[in-house]
Amino acid sequence: MNIGILALQGAFGAHQRVLTDLGASVTLVRGVEDLNGLDGIVLPGGESTTMSMLLDSSGIAAPLREQVRNGFPVFGTCAGLILLAEKIVDGRADQQQLGGLAITSRRNGYGRQIDSFEASISICEAQNTFSMNGVFIRAPRIEKVTGDVEVLGTVNGDVVLVRQGNILGATFHPELSDDRRVHEMFLKTVSRRNNDVEQAQEVRS
Amino acid sequence: MSNPQTGSFPVKRGLAEMLSGGVIMDVVTPEQAKIAEDAGACAVMALERVPADIRRDGGIARMSDPDMIEGIKATVTIPVMAKARIGHFVEAQIIQSLGVDFIDESEVLTPADEAHHIDKYKFDVPFVCGATNLGEALRRISEGAAMIRSKGEAGTGNIVEAVRHLRSILGDIRRIGQADSAELFDWAKQLQAPLPLVQELAETGRLPVPLFCAGGIATPADAALAMQLGAEAVFVGSGIFKSDEPERRARAIVEATTHFQDADVLAKVSRGLGAPMTGIGMDEINQRYAERGW
Repeated sequence: MNIGILALQGAFGAHQRVLTDLGASVTLVRGVEDLNGLDGIVLPGGESTTMSMLLDSSGIAAPLREQVRNGFPVFGTCAGLILLAEKIVDGRADQQQLGGLAITSRRNGYGRQIDSFEASISICEAQNTFSMNGVFIRAPRIEKVTGDVEVLGTVNGDVVLVRQGNILGATFHPELSDDRRVHEMFLKTVSRRNNDVEQAQEVRS
Repeated sequence: MSNPQTGSFPVKRGLAEMLSGGVIMDVVTPEQAKIAEDAGACAVMALERVPADIRRDGGIARMSDPDMIEGIKATVTIPVMAKARIGHFVEAQIIQSLGVDFIDESEVLTPADEAHHIDKYKFDVPFVCGATNLGEALRRISEGAAMIRSKGEAGTGNIVEAVRHLRSILGDIRRIGQADSAELFDWAKQLQAPLPLVQELAETGRLPVPLFCAGGIATPADAALAMQLGAEAVFVGSGIFKSDEPERRARAIVEATTHFQDADVLAKVSRGLGAPMTGIGMDEINQRYAERGW
């Protein structure tokens, strides 16, 4: 499995360590040509304003938006989730959006760094229920979930992990804890889509 | 553990991870902060004078006026950092109470204590500290620093000291990776650093917190050099707002920090930036800030 990690700015190194540990081969994505041959992509945390500017100048924004629309597996954490949100509150007017997740997300929705926190998250996915520690850094807050977005994880009633089709979004940072289960969840989505694509090709031939 | 818990070490180090691959710019006014944010800075350092001016003016350099820090905080949405003097834990308490996102316990300001650094575990806000070598870096981490930066020589526009510090820190990390377990005791002794941190380093091959570059970056090529040497992000102090065209230079350094391995992009962004800050040679300065810190 070849997983891209958007490496314009942010915690791409932390995601790289986790995914390599889980046996995926990793491509750091800094230009349009790096999008070729990927099975899925991770949009890491960082500063969404910086990433948005670099998405534009590198020319990645348009082809990536197209891929997201076509069901390409994407996993966004924190700033990455903001890029995927259909609606952003407290962002910059010129901020690039990829869309794909029918949520409203408030940038820095819990406050400044002094309000950043660790918390135990309750996760429920495919009849599998567990709790894991989550690190929230100047995290966005999901204020509204609409359409067919599944809520997979919550902390004290706040939605922190969502999925819509092949798009997974977390307001926290699973790459900063030792728990690999959210990344495993994403890799499962990637291999399921790979199988679907292969079957569709067999049917066609 | 209470749920949720603020101020823990993973939460502090987490913000340092989020700033990776980015450029942190020194700004002295809200207008400069806006220019920095528009150019793609991932954070700004709010201070009254950039290091080049501190160097020129002489005298005692202290924490900035809280009004000035708050003015910058109110202007931008990206993280805001501020500097406290080495060992001046009261300046750090004041900066924390302002809600600043990161404190730089900085050798650019005049030290307040010639033996002790701040006990950074006593704070909820993360700290970054400068280092010239691996021993210094590990001592700062043992005091609770969530990020290390090379000291370089601030306010000179001269990258030579930052290169020396990065090579020293990263070279020793590589050498420790080759050491056997018995040699690690000697490494800890030589580095004057806690043994458990040296052992952890030997196992992981990296510092337990991100390593950034600071001190002397003036051009896009300087930023890319720091990144190719192994820094995870860069601080630019005087280099932007002491140059002819700060907006363009800021933007170019952001692009160069992301595309640090792509010489075509570096060539493109290095064009037509106007004059960089003039800069000074190491033999022309009488005060080396990098020697401050213990």
